[in-house]
Amino acid sequence: MRSRFQQGLDELRQKLLRMGGLAEQAVDRACQAYLDRDLSRCQMVLEGETQINVSEREIDELAFDLLAMQQPMAVDLRFILAVTKINADLERVGDQAVNIAERVMDMVSLPAVDLPVDISRMAAAVSAMVRRALESFIEAKAELAQAVLEMDNVVDRMRDEAFIVLVKTMNEKPETTRQALDALLVARNLERVADHATNIAEDVIFWVRGADVRHNVPQEASGQEEPAQRAATETH
Amino acid sequence: MGVGIQVENLNAWYGKTQALHEINLNVQANHATALIGPSGCGKSTFIRCLNRMHETSPEARVEGKVRIGEYDAYEGTSATRLRRRIGMVFQKPNPFPTMSIYDNVAAGLKLNGYRDKKHLDEVVEKSLISSALWEEVKDSIHKKSGASLSGGQQQRLCIARALAVEPEVLLMDEPCSALDPISTGKIEELIFELKAQYTIVIVTHNMQQAARVAEFTGFFLLGRMIEFDKTEKIFTNPSDKRTEDYITGRFG
Amino acid sequence: MPDSTQPVTPKREIGLWRRITDQLATTFAVSTVIIVLTPLVAIFTYLVIKGIGSVNWAFLTQTPKPPGEIGGGMANAIAGSVLILGIGSLLGVPLGIGAGIYLAEFGRNRFGDLVRFVSDVLNGVPSIVIGIVAYALVVLRQRHFSALAGGVALAIMMIPTITRTTEEMLLLVPNVLREAAYGLGVPRWRTTMSITLRTATSGIITGVMLAFARVAGETAPLLFTAFGNQYWNWHLDQPTAALPLQIFTYAISPYDDWHRQAWAGALVLIILIVSAVAAVRFVVRRGTLGGVA
Repeated sequence: MRSRFQQGLDELRQKLLRMGGLAEQAVDRACQAYLDRDLSRCQMVLEGETQINVSEREIDELAFDLLAMQQPMAVDLRFILAVTKINADLERVGDQAVNIAERVMDMVSLPAVDLPVDISRMAAAVSAMVRRALESFIEAKAELAQAVLEMDNVVDRMRDEAFIVLVKTMNEKPETTRQALDALLVARNLERVADHATNIAEDVIFWVRGADVRHNVPQEASGQEEPAQRAATETH
Repeated sequence: MGVGIQVENLNAWYGKTQALHEINLNVQANHATALIGPSGCGKSTFIRCLNRMHETSPEARVEGKVRIGEYDAYEGTSATRLRRRIGMVFQKPNPFPTMSIYDNVAAGLKLNGYRDKKHLDEVVEKSLISSALWEEVKDSIHKKSGASLSGGQQQRLCIARALAVEPEVLLMDEPCSALDPISTGKIEELIFELKAQYTIVIVTHNMQQAARVAEFTGFFLLGRMIEFDKTEKIFTNPSDKRTEDYITGRFG
Repeated sequence: MPDSTQPVTPKREIGLWRRITDQLATTFAVSTVIIVLTPLVAIFTYLVIKGIGSVNWAFLTQTPKPPGEIGGGMANAIAGSVLILGIGSLLGVPLGIGAGIYLAEFGRNRFGDLVRFVSDVLNGVPSIVIGIVAYALVVLRQRHFSALAGGVALAIMMIPTITRTTEEMLLLVPNVLREAAYGLGVPRWRTTMSITLRTATSGIITGVMLAFARVAGETAPLLFTAFGNQYWNWHLDQPTAALPLQIFTYAISPYDDWHRQAWAGALVLIILIVSAVAAVRFVVRRGTLGGVA
């Protein structure tokens, strides 16, 4: 096969995986910082943001080059398009991690308060979603991506519950309003991360099956099994 | 107006070698259909079976049914009569070098006995306009020979020549492979416009061209038709692995 | 500093050797050309020197005087040559071109190979033998010498050259042109006549001219066919004078005046042949359209 093109595809894949790792790490760090009230971890998240932004630009540039110079078709074209979209989502995930870190920094400056909301459970779920979405990309397996889509509802419910609980808390104990608000915002940020993970999963399905499953409207899928699977194994 | 083409169980041989195996295909009227595939896959042989040019090769044999519109291409009509209803444009522009531009365009009519000068004048002008060549040559159609034009112009001249006999189908065998990008672009635009009046079948090595020009695409491999579908489907999400391997360049 | 954009020059010893070889080769090529051209130039010069004095109006318009008398000309021989060549061309050119068309378009088989073989053999037959054949075929039948017999002999000699050249020129016509015509629904015979033949015209005419130039100066075949004539003759079935014959007769005669006239005749013959070929070339070139080779 056109070896320079194949090399370009491999490089794109590697870069995206690295960026995925960075984004996943940022979310995990931010959540851990919230749970441990750890300022140093917040600092690491903020500093890691630059790397993620640089990565986003590099990936877009490489994808653009490949599109312009190599006239990719079918599965290769879908792959590159999916990569550019996943790229954007990962950068957003990084942004959300920074938002969480900023909330944590505010929280730590205030006295600790016991809130009846289980952020750690939500954080675990969201983290799992991100990890699984990235796995589905590495393995080029649409079933893994499908599982991520299903988890989104769970996370949405968690956010809604947190909302109700925290509003009640703010009404009953107005002195904890600021901490509750911080927690609420963190919950919202986590839910946003889950949304981005869902997007990533949808993009993987698009790449692997040629089916556009966004907004819950499945279009014609390919008649054959997992063309991207073969492409992925070839890149190994 | 163009007509549809139905091909059933077409097999073709050059002597002992079988070049086409059980081809089944429906070409839609007034649409452009592209045939792609690697060298030697039989796509040129296929379109030459449509206008019975395959027969001009030594030891050529054909089995199967080809229907052009209402009538059968092989039974009940002579090859020459069939070819007057099907125009063909070849890979390398081949205007008749000893004839003027006018005579080239009129060749199909003149050589078949039409003599009415006024009618010929009209047809020549109309054909040259249809092939987007009229403006460039209208002052010298009697003076300049067909071979004195540039490559892109020559090919348009050949298209005009094919159109002059008012065919229903236009077959094009890699019409742009000998031309520069600008001429290629002009001819692709032309094909787009001609679709309204003719049924066009175009063989091309250039997949991007097939994607730009044709509504339907067929992928040939080793004398068989592997896949035939709407062009967008073939190029964004083909059903057959071999098709995908070919269009993504993983082939060979 | 060595300039990376300039080609690297070889070391001096190799350079010298190569230059010497180059010079030798060029000199060899040029000298062979000179050697080849010398006889041609010599012939022409000699002819001009010996003959130009005798080419005058009388020579070109009068018939020969009886042997021994001074004066007279070869007018009848010139006219006779034209007549005999005319007959020969009329017979030989259509047959030759027809055979060439057959071989090119339909002759890719055993029979075609046979025809080609026969044509090549015929090409090699000595002209005197052809004269004898024509004698047997025509003169004996008619019981007299004739311009027709001379024409037949010359035609037989022209045919192989014309056939081969026509075939080659037709084969040179790219097949895509034939295909273009077939694609337009033009039947095969029409394609051959109107497209293939027309494209090859210039080359075929060259072949015809080659054949013509060759037979125009032939003497042997005319010896027992046209036979020669002291007087004017326009009848096809009577012995006719011809330039080469006349030159031959005069040259072997004991008369000086006839020797003089023989030189003049030879010069006139050469000039006529060259003019005919040049004229046809000119007409063909004028007739073709702008931009056509």
